[in-house]
Amino acid sequence: MPRPRFTLPLGSPLQLLLLACSFALSAYAGVRLLDGDWFEIALWFVGAALIHDLLLLPLYATADRLLVRATGPRRTWVAYVRVPTTLSLLLLLVWFPLITGQVTRRYDAVTGLSADRFLEHWLLVTAVLFAGSAGLFVVRLRRKSAAPHGR
Amino acid sequence: MVHGPFRGVVATYGRNMRRTPFSPAFWRSPLRGPWFTSVLGVVLLGGITVLFVTGLLSYAAYNPDLSAVNDKTPGKGLLGFYLFSWPTDPHWLYRLTQGVHVTLGITLIPVLLAKLWSVVPKLFTLPPARSLAHALERLSLLLLVGGGLFEFVTGVLNVQLDYIFPGSFYPLHFYGAWVFFGAFVAHAVLKMPIAWRNLRQLREERNDLVSLNPDPPTVSRRGALGLVGGGSLLLFGTTVGQDVDGLRWSAVLAPHGADPGSGPGGFQINKTAAYAGITAADRSEEGWRLVVKGRTGTVRLSRAELLQLPLHSSALPIACVEGWSTSDQWWRGVRLRDLAALVGYDGDPPDLFVQSLQRHGAFRRAALRANQVADPRSLLALFVNGESLTPDHGHPARIIVPAAPGVLNTKWVAELTFGDL
Repeated sequence: MPRPRFTLPLGSPLQLLLLACSFALSAYAGVRLLDGDWFEIALWFVGAALIHDLLLLPLYATADRLLVRATGPRRTWVAYVRVPTTLSLLLLLVWFPLITGQVTRRYDAVTGLSADRFLEHWLLVTAVLFAGSAGLFVVRLRRKSAAPHGR
Repeated sequence: MVHGPFRGVVATYGRNMRRTPFSPAFWRSPLRGPWFTSVLGVVLLGGITVLFVTGLLSYAAYNPDLSAVNDKTPGKGLLGFYLFSWPTDPHWLYRLTQGVHVTLGITLIPVLLAKLWSVVPKLFTLPPARSLAHALERLSLLLLVGGGLFEFVTGVLNVQLDYIFPGSFYPLHFYGAWVFFGAFVAHAVLKMPIAWRNLRQLREERNDLVSLNPDPPTVSRRGALGLVGGGSLLLFGTTVGQDVDGLRWSAVLAPHGADPGSGPGGFQINKTAAYAGITAADRSEEGWRLVVKGRTGTVRLSRAELLQLPLHSSALPIACVEGWSTSDQWWRGVRLRDLAALVGYDGDPPDLFVQSLQRHGAFRRAALRANQVADPRSLLALFVNGESLTPDHGHPARIIVPAAPGVLNTKWVAELTFGDL
């Protein structure tokens, strides 16, 4: 019996062609992107993906799993903590240079405004989010207890 | 799927593998699936296309092909293939395109994060490659994810003046966008048909994103999309105000969400006089002379002499590459084309090279194209909102041109050189 000849699995030729075009464009721009401190730029480029996929995502996924575990069988409670926490942390993630004050000196000098307000605003927005969530939770509990039993 | 004699081996091995992300059983969220990923993918397809187009428009708005001083990416090669003379109409054009670019970019962050979350199991797919095409596709995904995050991160840091990225923002964000776009187009072409099918069929196809071993749900898919949309809405609502004077108070976390004082000069400042190193002596009536050069030689004018020239008014906004803008301010000053006429360009205004008193800063010199100089609304402004310019807004004189990016509206003007660039 003749042995089957080994062939390299190539995959779809159309897909290969498309990816080749895509790499050509990315490479053309890439050599220009890296024209500078190429190592550090490449580090930022690849590091952004790695830090997100291997650090940020596992971190928030684990935190969420711990939250779910902590609430135990009272699963419906989760949303009232999860939603305001997520929104607050999202704002922090986007605006952390202003909120943490790491650009305060430059910001104040450049814009003629004061960066002091950002931390204050973030804390206020966070407080409003949690207060709103708590308010909804109380309303929901009241409705539940007001509903006739045995239904 | 595992077939044949391997099944038993994998089943035994699988119990330990469950603890690592390389095992499909590791991924427990019941939310993941083709429908969820497809919805987010379609939103990003539309959103990122708009970001790319508005980004290219912003690049063109600088007129980088006009003069080296406008060009922060001299090695662009073919990537500047589409450049055109940036128009002056409508006068809010750059305010709109750049406001959309930055505000939409910030709004899409939750969608991007959710999309990456929804497909993260694929990062750990084994075997690493089934074919050459599959291997290349995975490599392309590194450019897609790395490039996408690189663009969002550099953009978000730049609008907050946090220049910690490795190099100048312009080349990093521009070339990074093209690297990303190459991978984005390939990804869109490869995945859009699948995403479209997933969305049109109400019944969900099972694919490798669906958990084999799902935890009980704590939120519905619609609920999760609601959270993503809520995050986008929150970011949008707390950012868009930096483009609308009446709503500026609402931009509670955006960089330009507060006014610097009140009165005629109480609108947004890009760089203060103190930061730019402009002293009172630089600006004084005795110290400052405007130098105008052209075909017929050089003219020196004091501010008092400028005030003797015909003064005109125009209502124009300031719109910054950082995505904030002001509503129309009422400027008054000498038309640029009238100044061109002073030095031998009567009726045929050429390009203009502007120099500021600023001693440092990337845009202390800027070039304007003939169509911008010829526009009757383009001024060397001496007043704003009925009062003399304040130091922070460019006293003794500044350029104001319709639809031009903020940095081309040079402040503290020292010298104007008319002539073809």
